[in-house]
Amino acid sequence: MLNNVSARTQSSVSIRELSLSFGSVKVLENLNLDIQDGEFLVLLGSSGCGKSTLLNCIAGLLEPTEGQIFIKDKNVTWEEPKDRGIGMVFQSYALYPQMTVEKNLSFGLRVAKVPKDEIDRRVARASGILQIEPLLKRKPSELSGGQRQRVAIGRALVRDVDVFLFDEPLSNLDAKLRSELRVEIKRLHQALKNTMIYVTHDQIEALTLADRIAIMKSGVIQQLDDPVTIYNRPKNRFVAGFIGSPSMNFLNGELAEEGGHTVFKTNGVSFSLDGYDAYEPLKGGRKVILGVRPEHIKVDGDIAGGEVHEAIVDIEEPMGADNLLWLKHAGHVMSVRIGGARRYAVGAKVRLAFDMTMASLFDAETEERI
Amino acid sequence: MDKSLTMPAISNPAGSRLETGPQGKRPRKTLSSRNIIVYGALGLAAIYYLIPLYVMVVTSLKGMPEIRLGNIFSPPMEITFEPWVKAWAQACTGLNCDGLSRGFWNSVRITVPSVIVSIAIASVNGYALANWRFKGSEIFFTILIVGAFIPYQVMIYPIVIVLREMGLYGTLYGLILVHSIFGMPIQTLLFRNYFVSLPEELFKAARIDGAGFWQIYFRIMLPMSLPIFVVSMILQTTGIWNDFLFGVVFTRPDTYPMTVQLNNIVNSVQGVKEYNVNMAATLLTGAVPLIVYFVSGRLFVRGIAAGAVKG
Repeated sequence: MLNNVSARTQSSVSIRELSLSFGSVKVLENLNLDIQDGEFLVLLGSSGCGKSTLLNCIAGLLEPTEGQIFIKDKNVTWEEPKDRGIGMVFQSYALYPQMTVEKNLSFGLRVAKVPKDEIDRRVARASGILQIEPLLKRKPSELSGGQRQRVAIGRALVRDVDVFLFDEPLSNLDAKLRSELRVEIKRLHQALKNTMIYVTHDQIEALTLADRIAIMKSGVIQQLDDPVTIYNRPKNRFVAGFIGSPSMNFLNGELAEEGGHTVFKTNGVSFSLDGYDAYEPLKGGRKVILGVRPEHIKVDGDIAGGEVHEAIVDIEEPMGADNLLWLKHAGHVMSVRIGGARRYAVGAKVRLAFDMTMASLFDAETEERI
Repeated sequence: MDKSLTMPAISNPAGSRLETGPQGKRPRKTLSSRNIIVYGALGLAAIYYLIPLYVMVVTSLKGMPEIRLGNIFSPPMEITFEPWVKAWAQACTGLNCDGLSRGFWNSVRITVPSVIVSIAIASVNGYALANWRFKGSEIFFTILIVGAFIPYQVMIYPIVIVLREMGLYGTLYGLILVHSIFGMPIQTLLFRNYFVSLPEELFKAARIDGAGFWQIYFRIMLPMSLPIFVVSMILQTTGIWNDFLFGVVFTRPDTYPMTVQLNNIVNSVQGVKEYNVNMAATLLTGAVPLIVYFVSGRLFVRGIAAGAVKG
């Protein structure tokens, strides 16, 4: 109980036993989430997983069916959006089309009847940070997508809020702009040190921006961890498959006892599990899934030691910096990432070594990490 | 050039990659048989609808002796504006002999407030139903829509009683009230559907910015809604101006709208039928909706086009 209290006082945003349903459809169920002060939290998931719904609940745009939301230790569950100390940036920018950029930025302040010189000061500061001063007199229709999104961020900035909410802010931009603005958002967070909650379906955005990522599926948070842990030690098969591109290789098989060691066996081929950091003692006979990322399979010259397998090159996908090999082994096709300079002919034989320290084992039934 | 073996060198002297020689006809756009049929059909339809109007205009400019000759299609030999003056200022309806002018001003006094009141209320209704979904708002909306399908005749007698109890029966205010209420279902539907089509995130952004119900309506929604206001204004103005049923039921002779007065002029049985005056009176009555269409029709199209470009 004491722990609980101290955890509460430290967090910037706290979501407690939150449920939301539209009629009989449950979108969020008994969701708990504590976000630290100054943390950059990314809500990641495919469409329909409830991540935007959760963000709208935090913003006060949707009323939760049950549960509570605290921002800065204040229960804001039934507060109006404007009283929550939040600023929000939308996917479609949502700039007021009939107002100039300056009026767009100052709208909230004018509604709140902030004095004129204070408005000017805050607009000048926000437009300075985002470098949009030359655009202040323009209408949104005269701006490019990237400029519009900057203005939208500025609108949250002028309100001097504790928490920034981003609802897929970069999804409407082209790839180049997206990566540019991604860096800018990260820089902004480092400069402002505000709490930021960021919804996206793009795993690259999540991995690059987040202090912690919450991966959601059907209204439930599957794993809440820092990006490195999420990437290297996924809690279940869903998280493992969702994060990483190209996707993790999954081999269905079972555990077996061979020569005093527990090994992974699939289609008659056994893989040593030396180095695997298991949560629980591994016993033979259990049906499991072995997950290995493409970069954690070493090929030919990279092999430092350990158990070596042999495979046949099925397809080669050169991607510039990397070269992706699709290999056939033990009745499975698996992808392996090697350096871009190393090329293989289709049908060639290669030697493989699996880095089991970086692998994941999931129970075949529960799909949880073991 | 070396590789283009199939291309004779002479036909390609300047090194251009374009080939000379037959390449089929450039497609013609103006006088194809398809266009003749399309424009012919459109022209015929237009003439079919314009002939009655032509006859009315021509007849209204003739004197009675000329009309009695019976050549309804022939242009007037002697143009006279006498019938127009008579229709406007002297034609008799019942007891009054001051022409359509009385009805015109009655209609103006009925239409202008009815249009303003109904649009003002319906736009707020539509906005509330689209953006501020309250518990039961869908049911409320359904009831409103069902109201649009109930035949007016069913409701006339109850409304007469209600207006009588309110002391409004026979006054212009009573008729304005009736028009405003009866315009509500379709106008609300119109505005609701328009506001639903506006991006929801704009509304959310305004709420985050702290704007309330009326601030969002006046400062965010209204400036974006010119097209739908024009459409609504056209529908209401023409609908209320052209109304006959409510006008004849809920007013007294001295407050009759123009349509009722027109009917009384055209259908009066005593004396000679003055076709030229009837035609002029009809054209005068129809002038207002026509002008509304001509003036705001262009605005309407422009408004729709402006709204279509994503902001």
